[in-house]
Amino acid sequence: MSIRLTDIAKHYGHTGKGRPGHTANRALEPVNLEVSDGELVGLLGPSGSGKTTLLRIIAGLESPDRDPAGRILFGDRDVTDVHVRDRRIGFVFQHYALFRHMTVFDNVAFGLTVLPRRERPSSGEIRARVHRLLEMVQLERFAGRYPAQLSGGQQQRVSLARALALRPDVLLLDEPFGALDAKVRQELRRWLRQLHDELGFTSLFVTHDQEEALELSDRVAVMSHGRIEQIDTPDALYRTPANRFVFEFLGDVNHLEGEVQDGVLTCGDARLAVDLPDGHQELLLRPHEVRLTQAPTPEAQLPVTVTAISPVGAEVRIEVAADWLAAPWLATVRHADYERLALTRGQRLYVIPRHWHRFSDTPGQESRAIAA
Amino acid sequence: MSALALPLPRRRVLPGFGLSLGISLTFVSLVLLLPMTGLVGQLKGLSLAEYWAIISDGRVVASYTVTIGAAALAALANAAFGLLLAWVLVRYDFPGKRLLDALMDLPFALPTAVAGITLATLYAGNGWVGGLLEPLGLKVAYTWVGIALAMAFTSIPFVVRTVQPVLEDLPPEVDEAAMTLGASDATGFRRVILPYLWPALVTGTGLAFVRSLGEFGAIIFIAGNAPFETEITALMIFVKLQEYDYAGASAIASVVLAVSLALLLAINVWQGHFIKRLHGGRG
Repeated sequence: MSIRLTDIAKHYGHTGKGRPGHTANRALEPVNLEVSDGELVGLLGPSGSGKTTLLRIIAGLESPDRDPAGRILFGDRDVTDVHVRDRRIGFVFQHYALFRHMTVFDNVAFGLTVLPRRERPSSGEIRARVHRLLEMVQLERFAGRYPAQLSGGQQQRVSLARALALRPDVLLLDEPFGALDAKVRQELRRWLRQLHDELGFTSLFVTHDQEEALELSDRVAVMSHGRIEQIDTPDALYRTPANRFVFEFLGDVNHLEGEVQDGVLTCGDARLAVDLPDGHQELLLRPHEVRLTQAPTPEAQLPVTVTAISPVGAEVRIEVAADWLAAPWLATVRHADYERLALTRGQRLYVIPRHWHRFSDTPGQESRAIAA
Repeated sequence: MSALALPLPRRRVLPGFGLSLGISLTFVSLVLLLPMTGLVGQLKGLSLAEYWAIISDGRVVASYTVTIGAAALAALANAAFGLLLAWVLVRYDFPGKRLLDALMDLPFALPTAVAGITLATLYAGNGWVGGLLEPLGLKVAYTWVGIALAMAFTSIPFVVRTVQPVLEDLPPEVDEAAMTLGASDATGFRRVILPYLWPALVTGTGLAFVRSLGEFGAIIFIAGNAPFETEITALMIFVKLQEYDYAGASAIASVVLAVSLALLLAINVWQGHFIKRLHGGRG
């Protein structure tokens, strides 16, 4: 079932009747969002960006502002004024919110057992359905246990099975993996993706973890300050960020700030040839867009000192610092290069940018590759 | 790990165990155990037949009925209103909330005799409230309803103060989860919130009940103290004492003590089982 939001806004606290649109405690600017049937969309943003508020409004756990009068549609059904219990959604909470006095079985069966008598399946059918769900989340063996006897990952799987028991039109997940450790999180992520592909429910999840959002979603909505900054496929988001916020939020960024004169950017004792107009400029570089060498080139003289090395993963992450840098830079190099350069902490090197990005005040991104 | 399990004396990291436990036990012995032993000691002059005669005397048995009946009514009323009060105090914000919260402890702080006199004055036939109820045919003061009222007054904090922290710990997501699964407010309360509060509610009610069994000061002013009708067991003890019948007073007191202890123990055992389940172990 598709989801369509138009002009959904929210502010907290009391604002005078005479002054709508008071921005001091605006949690959500008027937001428009469309999620098509069967899509898995991630709401990504830092804390306080309004992503959880938006999700809770879609669920019906919070109500949007009356002014502007926004609408929430599930398919053709207008659910704006429908109570959460009648919206036919499944909701997964960050801290599982399991009923701790009930067994796993009773937790999953809860939604079925509270149905009005004429809609309620027979107890035999409930049992069969719950067992199917538990099988799906690979917890059949734990049906008789209490939540406190399960690990965090298992509890979250129970909570997912519970949310899916009523075959909801829409599945909403609020930081579903936020309380779990990295390994379990990775595993559950993969498993949720599989489940989604198998069952084909429409789902929306909130996360502050960019990697999680990019890996799991069909599309990602990046939010900040109660606004959706950009909504796109993970690939498009990364390659063509709409603005500086999106660029900075999706991955590590190195900043280079300085004065440009006659095509040379100067910052302390660092110099870089750029074809930019004179004046103050700020360039942004991804860690994989810089190269480390033993000698400067005529175009780039950016001396740095290695401060930390982390050789874990496909690439070696190297932190470098210098007097002319406000914050250390991060560079990723291949293991082969790392060995060739024989990098050690405290070593003095030069950075050669391969590529940089610049966001001007007017929307749009400018990015240049540098022939190295 | 098992290789390390040598029979070495384990050193505790937290200091002061011996001292603090010693002082605690001494205090408990002096304040609780010694008087109780004394009480039982008083009984040694009585033969079993005499003991039985005292505690099964008609007037005393009538006082048991009055006390237990009124205490049960008071405890049940407190269970309902205490739960409501705790709910209101935890779940809503309103002006004067802190004041109401502080008021909850008043029955503990107020001398019980003061409470008793106040209640008696209010609910007597010529009192403010009593004057209103009298024409309706409702007599409160000098009946066992008055006894229950006084008991409810002195014991309400037990329910409120045991339920309140548990309710505060109940994450709002738990009822939200019930709602997203289609539960009505009533169903959510009955199937999710009430079971969660159940151990605290039972404990609080049990404590309120036990407290009511022994209450004296607040009750005697409003009870009327008519033999066989509105005499409470604590008054029976007092009467015996006034007759310098210490053994008789101790005999009746020992019954109250035994019932109270048995109840407290039962509540503790039951709660232990319940909580074990919530925290994972299965007994």
